[in-house]
Amino acid sequence: MMITTQGLAWGIPLLRLLAALLLLLAFAMLAQRRLLTLIHLLAWQGVVLAAGTALVALLTGQTELWLSAALTLSLKAILIPTALHRLLRRLQVRGDVETVLNIPLTLLAGIALVIFAFSLAAPITALTSAVTRGMVGIALAAVLLAFLMMITRHQAISQVVGFLAIDNGLFFAATSATLGMPMIVELGVALDALIGFVILGVFFFQIRETFDSMDLQHLEQIREE
Amino acid sequence: MPILLVLICAATGIPLLALWGDGRRGAALFIGINTLTLLAILALSARVLRDGAFTAGSGQFMVDDLSILLILVDGVVGFSTAWFSRSYMRQEIVHWSLSRRRVRLYHAMFQTFLTTMLLALLTNNMGILWVAMEGATLSTVLLVSLFRTAEGLEAAWKYFILCGVGLAMALFGTILLYFAAQKVLGHGADALLWTHLEAVRRQLQPQVMAIAFIFILVGYGTKIGLSPLNNWLPDAHASGPSSVSAVLSGLLLNVALYAVLRAKVLVDGALGPDFAGRLLMSFGLLSLLVAAFSMLRQRDVKRLFAYSSIEHMGLATFAFGIGAPLASFAGLLHMISHSLTKSSVFFSVGQAVQSVGSREIQRIRGLLAFSPVLGWALMLAVLFILGMPPSGLFLSEFLIITSTLQDQPWLTPVLLLGLGVAFAGIFPRLQGMVFGPAPEGIAHQPVAGIIPVFIQLTLVIVLGVFIPWTLVQWMQHAALLLHG
Repeated sequence: MMITTQGLAWGIPLLRLLAALLLLLAFAMLAQRRLLTLIHLLAWQGVVLAAGTALVALLTGQTELWLSAALTLSLKAILIPTALHRLLRRLQVRGDVETVLNIPLTLLAGIALVIFAFSLAAPITALTSAVTRGMVGIALAAVLLAFLMMITRHQAISQVVGFLAIDNGLFFAATSATLGMPMIVELGVALDALIGFVILGVFFFQIRETFDSMDLQHLEQIREE
Repeated sequence: MPILLVLICAATGIPLLALWGDGRRGAALFIGINTLTLLAILALSARVLRDGAFTAGSGQFMVDDLSILLILVDGVVGFSTAWFSRSYMRQEIVHWSLSRRRVRLYHAMFQTFLTTMLLALLTNNMGILWVAMEGATLSTVLLVSLFRTAEGLEAAWKYFILCGVGLAMALFGTILLYFAAQKVLGHGADALLWTHLEAVRRQLQPQVMAIAFIFILVGYGTKIGLSPLNNWLPDAHASGPSSVSAVLSGLLLNVALYAVLRAKVLVDGALGPDFAGRLLMSFGLLSLLVAAFSMLRQRDVKRLFAYSSIEHMGLATFAFGIGAPLASFAGLLHMISHSLTKSSVFFSVGQAVQSVGSREIQRIRGLLAFSPVLGWALMLAVLFILGMPPSGLFLSEFLIITSTLQDQPWLTPVLLLGLGVAFAGIFPRLQGMVFGPAPEGIAHQPVAGIIPVFIQLTLVIVLGVFIPWTLVQWMQHAALLLHG
């Protein structure tokens, strides 16, 4: 995949900036208690992703990536956050503030994870051209941070936000590190994400109906004997 | 062409069942669709028998000696499950007073699951393989929570989140695989095609492939139920309908292991056989031991056999880890026999639980006394799963132990310990369940639903006593393919 020298001059720093923003947003989610703000942060991550994809499309001249960028923008930045927002309202947990584990401690753990991600990705990045250096590490860090967020939360909705944030990190790896997966795979992944989200929506109402709450601490009845 | 036929047969079933999948016609339609799919699969096998491995659809689809074995098992178990589901669900619909909509959902989701399994086995594209695995997970989430009990919802949530995160790891592994492939095959749709990757596997970057394989193993390993990622498996098996438990154990775990094996062939080319082999052996052995010891303290019959699935998948994973052609041969035989046997176990257990009205082992008593057909079905299926001759599992376990003695002799005691504990976990309970006088107040069930148990167990005996030459050849070729 060729990138013009002109593109290299301004495109790559811009892509790095977007990568940094993605990571920053992942940290912000980790520290955020309010569910509503959490969803906004997720939407912003979607915007950053779409911008990153569009940038790669512009730099490499792959027309199909424009489609992918449009898909990302509509799905991850608009459709899913809006749906989550409405879901919050219908489930009436809108103003909820979640009790989270000690936030500074979680953030410290997050920093450790980022270091781990970079050291894991180091042998890979050593092999790549200058263009995508560091991207694999950042994407992996974003995935691990989202993972950490899922572990530290009890609310079903924040777990789902973590789940979607993992997806975002993976998507960033696919577009920025490999400069775009094959289109058919990307479409399949997007389709799965959409179906998964619909199923989750159904699921929320089932949980709500059965437990009268979205707090997953109620869901701890199955115990090993 | 036959590949497309199989997929079309399975996929057209989804909208049909979503529209008309309730009542008598729904069950009949479900059986009909799966009969057609089975016939299409047989036609496909005939083609593979004649021409050997081939690709279709400009390389996007592929059948070879490894996948055709699992596709055949998929066809057989899919058909049996449809048959079993008819009488089983008739009872469950009454018991849980499921609405017609819910029954349509059940059939449509079930068919989606079976279709995605076939797609995973037929695709040549490692990316689409992931998409199909994710599709299979999503379609079973609502099946696990079909009865909307608190327990079912919890199990389904756990299943969704754990397998979702696991599969996210597998996707990251697939992205890294593409990253490595790009350097050799160039950018584009062909760089994830397994046949292309296999041709250049010695040129792939070893460092990237190592990390990619770890992610793929952890990701799909969650679905195989490898310890310590097996948390979702017993819950999901216990809470869902027994027809769903049967295909989760019988098909899904196999397909997940198949995905790992495909990746293993590639990584072996890049790194030599030791790297992937050692990982598979340690994960496999750990799962075998953890599952065997967990079985000792189970009180729920479906959880007991769910742990037994983890044990058997661990054993198969271990066998593939050894990597010698004999061990891989045994691993394949084990996967196939386990699918057929374990689905039979879940059919009979499902029926028994329905009669007794409880999943507690303590309360299932004297099955032979009140329903000899059911009692025999359960007893034979469980004895076979324990690896008694003439079951195919006896042969495969024997071969696995033999090749362990050859290649990794110091691991043999550990292996035998795991198998022994598993035996001790199941056998005494079996005696209690089938022998003795029948308790009062048991609902008699029609036995038509468990006919497939006997058909499948006959197939398992065939696998244990006299494997047809064609199958032997397929398994030998597949074992050589895995050997590299």
